[in-house]
Amino acid sequence: MAADIKQLEIYATRIRIGSLEAIKARGFGHVGGSLSVADTLAVLYGAVMRIDPKNPRLSQRDKMVCSKGHAGPAVYATLALKGFFPYEDIKTLNQPGTSFPSHCDRLKTPGVDMTTGSLGQGTSLAAGMALGDKLKGRDSRMYLIVGDGELNEGQPWEAFMFMSAQKLDNLTVFIDWNKKQLDGYITDISDPHDFKKKFEAFGFHTQQVNGNSVKEIYEAVMAADKVRGMPRAIVLDTIKGAGVKEVEDTFSNHSMAAAPEVFDGWIEGLKEKLAALEGEVVHA
Amino acid sequence: MPKIVYDGSNDPRAFKDVIGGTIISLLDSDPDVIYVDADLMSTIGTYKYHQAHPDRAINVGVSEANMMGVAGGLAAAGFKPIAHTFGPFASRRSYDQAFLSAGYAQNDITVIGTDPGVCAAFNGGTHMPFEDVALYRAIPTATIFDITDTVMLEDILRQAVNLPGVKYIRVGRKTAAKVYGIGSRFEVGQAVKLREGKDITIVAAGIMVHEALQAAETLTKEGIEADVLDMFTIKPLDEAALLKSARKTGAVLAAENHNKIGGLYAAVCEALSRELPTPASFVAVNDEYGEVGPQNYLQERFGLTADNIVTRARELVKNKK
Repeated sequence: MAADIKQLEIYATRIRIGSLEAIKARGFGHVGGSLSVADTLAVLYGAVMRIDPKNPRLSQRDKMVCSKGHAGPAVYATLALKGFFPYEDIKTLNQPGTSFPSHCDRLKTPGVDMTTGSLGQGTSLAAGMALGDKLKGRDSRMYLIVGDGELNEGQPWEAFMFMSAQKLDNLTVFIDWNKKQLDGYITDISDPHDFKKKFEAFGFHTQQVNGNSVKEIYEAVMAADKVRGMPRAIVLDTIKGAGVKEVEDTFSNHSMAAAPEVFDGWIEGLKEKLAALEGEVVHA
Repeated sequence: MPKIVYDGSNDPRAFKDVIGGTIISLLDSDPDVIYVDADLMSTIGTYKYHQAHPDRAINVGVSEANMMGVAGGLAAAGFKPIAHTFGPFASRRSYDQAFLSAGYAQNDITVIGTDPGVCAAFNGGTHMPFEDVALYRAIPTATIFDITDTVMLEDILRQAVNLPGVKYIRVGRKTAAKVYGIGSRFEVGQAVKLREGKDITIVAAGIMVHEALQAAETLTKEGIEADVLDMFTIKPLDEAALLKSARKTGAVLAAENHNKIGGLYAAVCEALSRELPTPASFVAVNDEYGEVGPQNYLQERFGLTADNIVTRARELVKNKK
């Protein structure tokens, strides 16, 4: 399947808009990490994953575990745009009784494949799900997204060894290397050194791409999916807050609070970009 | 109904053989059952099975947090996972994972924590969980078993894999006293009345059941008749059986191989204070860390003995109004 790159760029832009509209409705939320991962979600849900929004629990489906569970707003926007639930619903983010909590919850949100939030735990869960699918003979692929700050935890490295030992070649892990964690730069807090070398050393087929380029991500996923006998890793070189200049330029952009008009300004900029992308499609 | 065959003699089967044997039998009879272990297969005799069936018995290596998550993921994929490691690693080492990846996410798993409390013996204080029950009790809707003998273990493990939620089974690996006849069936959440008495209720679980029965023998010679309950399901607690007995005796002693905080004694007191305030006391670890030594030494050291049950029971009965 050849992907329509322009459509994926449009999808990614809409995911960014949706993330910000959801967060704006509450007034605060995990802006930076939602924006950095939008392009990967667009590629997965726009061109890669075999899923049916009408049957979100179909056992023989591809699955995505967002272990950096705080990117919930981006996941919800992605799923809403795919038709899992009405788009307006995501604006109930973190309201009492909502189906859209800060961190992904498989019991609350249709299309969310696993509950995450306590950093690191999504890795072992994804490993168990991928292994389970293999043992059940399902043709299902697992896409696992982890944060770079999240990899301060020990559990993911236990899980990565396990994925490798079990030769989970139905699993691809994306490392959202956006360089920052809550308190600051990852290199200042607990330097992870070279992710690519680490994953290679852990027995993964490893690629590193511009993680804010849907084209590069798509090509990497296509290459990864052909690999047999070992799990696959794609290091996403991203910018925390990608797509919104003001957020990118804000040092502390993990969780942000802003006035509605500030969010509106960010959304406006993205809508202009969207219009331009759609114009290019029309005139192509 | 459980058949009581207690005569003070030892169970002819060691726990570790029955743990491993029952796991293997479940794996062979139910394709949805799957077993994960964190490098302690050889301690319950499952390593050979793993070598023959690496897809049914999965060794995750020394990574207990990872094991809980993998088990949760396997549950999400449609399996009924059994996860085993020593008690401290099955509880405090991997607690957030048991709580969230299994409990909160509703990925139903059965956890076996071997060598609870003083059963850790020669592995010493680092391996001696006196808090595992307290931790699992705080996981909403979790089911907790403290196993008395191998007959109970076999039946409970078979039932546990099909129960919803997080199930925690704490059980030793050595030999314990034989209490139940082969083929006994147990009701989850229903205590077993082992002895009928009017003067005091002794609620015991795990290795303390044998101590409680011995103590009851001694007490009867002094004219104190004890009601003895095997409260093998610590959560949900059989409050009906407890209250019925407490109403009759007016004094309750809880005996457990665990810290007095957060375990069976705490559960008993919570129920009594709410429903039927009754003088109660404990034979349990008095808020201490574990240490190394033979199990019989450790039982003396921490007061987990029939003699101590007798002493505490006498006091309770004497102080009854």
